[in-house]
Amino acid sequence: MICLGIEGTAHTIGIGIVEKEGDNCKILANVFHMYKPDKGGIHPRESANHHTKYFPKILEESIEKSNIHIKEIDLIAFSIGPGLGPCLRTTATAGRTLSLLLKKPIVGVNHCISHLEIGRALTKCSDPVLLYVSGGNTQVIAFMDGKYRVFGETLDIGIGNCLDKFGREVGIKFPAGPEIERIALRGKKYIQLPYSVKGMDVSFSGILTASLLLTKKEDIEDICYSLQETCFCMLAEVAERAMAHTEKEEILLGGGVACNKRLQEIVKIMAEERKAKFFCPPDEFLVDNGAMIAWTGLIMKESGMEMSIDETKVRQNYRTDEVDVKWR
Amino acid sequence: MEMIKKGAEAEIYITEWKGRKIVIKRRIKKGYRIKELDEKIREQRTKKEALLMMSARKAGMSVPIIYDLHINNKEIFMQYIDGERIKDVIDGMEEEMQRKICEEIGKSIASLHKNGIIHGDITTSNMIWMNDRLYFIDFGLGMKSRENEDRGVDLHLLMEAFKAAHKNKNLFKWVFEAYKKNFEESKEVIKKVDEIARRGRYMRGVA
Repeated sequence: MICLGIEGTAHTIGIGIVEKEGDNCKILANVFHMYKPDKGGIHPRESANHHTKYFPKILEESIEKSNIHIKEIDLIAFSIGPGLGPCLRTTATAGRTLSLLLKKPIVGVNHCISHLEIGRALTKCSDPVLLYVSGGNTQVIAFMDGKYRVFGETLDIGIGNCLDKFGREVGIKFPAGPEIERIALRGKKYIQLPYSVKGMDVSFSGILTASLLLTKKEDIEDICYSLQETCFCMLAEVAERAMAHTEKEEILLGGGVACNKRLQEIVKIMAEERKAKFFCPPDEFLVDNGAMIAWTGLIMKESGMEMSIDETKVRQNYRTDEVDVKWR
Repeated sequence: MEMIKKGAEAEIYITEWKGRKIVIKRRIKKGYRIKELDEKIREQRTKKEALLMMSARKAGMSVPIIYDLHINNKEIFMQYIDGERIKDVIDGMEEEMQRKICEEIGKSIASLHKNGIIHGDITTSNMIWMNDRLYFIDFGLGMKSRENEDRGVDLHLLMEAFKAAHKNKNLFKWVFEAYKKNFEESKEVIKKVDEIARRGRYMRGVA
């Protein structure tokens, strides 16, 4: 079965075309385009306009890359939530249009869970704890008693959001993560920042404020280094707590911030020290992408899930633990 | 030394020390943290846990006696509580005994909160029944606070733990009643528990 999946919850509009043969996940195409504001952060309406503008181009490109005819597509999947309202509605409209036009079934996919499912499919891990780190989301997710449950999460802002806001104040463009990573490599001195782990939850707003206060007296290299070390160690710690709690022996990374090599290293060492296995898919499947939506759509459909058009209303606050996981 | 438990951040050993059977809780090094950060975190948490246990004791609670602190090794030497975990025994007890223990739990949490202590991980696995007394262990996630929000989170965690691990629905009711009876500010805290339960963030199924 072949599925066309559309991702568009926030800054990225993407289309993935994925074929499922048995348990094998074959990526036929994975094309996306990211909205980058000239200044400031994401403006939801501007981002939605960006999605509208780029969708036809990406659709054409993905079909071309996949080497299939559009009529060979068996299923349409789209990101139904959580995310920014205008972006979600744009994406859903695109999905519904394709579904009606091609007369193919449609499923709405939970964005957070699709990060986990694509990771499972591509890295061949079976029952991992997912550390999902992106701009808006920071969650530790694992499967238990028929659902994906959130064992820990941010109590305020996402880790990516923390990095972006820091970047904005010091003149680094959105998304700031990659540039902060480069600058941090030159950092030598660790400056103490608030370390905020509460049980299995984390919070970043205090660290952000403290880091910004440091910019008046410390070198930017050292601040970036300290900011990364502090935040990433907190994430590794809550991920480890969740692994101990759920007695799972695999850790999987997902989300755009997981492209950071230092974060990958920290989590890998954590896993090795407790004799667990570390998994991380390639960057293009860590960031928001259509392939993860397409793949999750396929496994949902196979387990008998399908939606009528009436049921495709977007869900801005769609929670991970609300999803009825019939495929596991 | 015999290791009896290995958690995410600490190892628990049983050993002989000056003729006593004791427990050593050691916070282990994390290779993923840079040295400065790792030392600081383990030292702060070891000290904080010991201080919380001592304040709880002052407040009249039964907690393991602290014999020694080895800050360099991030170790706490404490009394071995040779009893039964509430989690393992409460379901098999007569209702009268269950009620007695639950009232004891509610009363104890009330006095913790009254004295500005948040346990941070109140589950029935962290309560031991020995010689007709209820002991609280593992203050590793605890803190000092008099905020109703923190108190509410504490109680909410216990409520979730009861729901997940114990069949008798009355157990938590008795805990609540005893808590209310023994704590003047309980009304505000209970209100918070309701509010916390309604926040999606805490829809966790497990505690």
